[in-house]
Amino acid sequence: MIFKTFALLAFEFFKTGLFAIGGGLATVPFLREIAAKYTWFTTDMLSDMIAVSESTPGAIGINMATYAGFSAGFGDGGLAAGILGGIIATLSLAAPSIIIILMLSGAYQKFKSNPLVANAFYAIRPAVTGMIAAVAVTLIESALLTSDFTFAWSELLKLINIKAVILFALLAAATNIKPLKKLHPIVFIVFAGICGAVFNM
Amino acid sequence: MKKLWELFIIFAKIGAFTFGGGYAMLSLLQKEIVDNHKWATEEELLDYYAIAQCTPGIIAVNTATFVGAKQKGIPGGIFATLGLLFPSIVIITIIAAFITHFLEYTIVRHILGGIRAAVAVLIINSVITMGKKSVVDIICLLIAIASFLLSLIFSASPILIVVAAAALGLILRHGGAKK
Repeated sequence: MIFKTFALLAFEFFKTGLFAIGGGLATVPFLREIAAKYTWFTTDMLSDMIAVSESTPGAIGINMATYAGFSAGFGDGGLAAGILGGIIATLSLAAPSIIIILMLSGAYQKFKSNPLVANAFYAIRPAVTGMIAAVAVTLIESALLTSDFTFAWSELLKLINIKAVILFALLAAATNIKPLKKLHPIVFIVFAGICGAVFNM
Repeated sequence: MKKLWELFIIFAKIGAFTFGGGYAMLSLLQKEIVDNHKWATEEELLDYYAIAQCTPGIIAVNTATFVGAKQKGIPGGIFATLGLLFPSIVIITIIAAFITHFLEYTIVRHILGGIRAAVAVLIINSVITMGKKSVVDIICLLIAIASFLLSLIFSASPILIVVAAAALGLILRHGGAKK
């Protein structure tokens, strides 16, 4: 039975990797479908899986695949099957990307100095920068605003997470002044995590 | 073999410290891939993101495969991607198996609260660095602003934006390619 689960996991996550275009959250509709189709995990568990995947290191889509694969394997054959299930689901999700990008990467290296391709990328690059700036806005929002806020003018100050704003300003300065800005981003991430724990952010 | 191992390690390091999705890993990519190892330029990184947006799969995986493949062909792409996947598999498996109430621990929420502030700062810095490389004239500036507003306010599909920008580039620079 467990091998059937593994085969189905590989199939479903390969399919997800092949058809989910865009960021990791593009895989959520596919995971919903999987939750409805199999007994691996429920829709309630899925919201937990999304929350954990967003809060742990790594790309969200990858994390969700490991989590879903673990749940499927674990339910069928215990811990070892869970571990294997997580690995199978994750590799299956990544496989279509790897295949497609390997095919495209040669073409990109070959044609990137072609005038037509260069003209297209001349305009694509600022467009991508704009998109990333939009993502930055949502990340700033989630970092600096309190999440459990119901709107009221008198409570407006509570909307802003003061501790987070101070840390944000401190880091913004530190990452842009001379000796400190050379530090690895990991240093700032770890420092911010420690601050979060110490100051109850 | 040494280079393949290096690709695996560097991408595992990037994967282990990426909080907040594929875009948030940009500052780590700039530091490790562009500055430290010179495996790609800022412009190439932007191109990879553009292509990753329009092709199936997770953006982070697509970018890792791209960088790895440029260095060491097919095995390079595979090793870089496996490196990126490795920390996720280990961390999520441990949480799913043993720490089912992971998000209910207050200390976890506090740590994440701090990290979110750092991630926000780092992505702003990344956008500024990318902007300096990609916005080379007034047309680029207008495209960047349009794309920003379209994605933020109208949640426009990234594929649509990339395709529209490509068409604009081809039309506007028709005949006069500047390298």
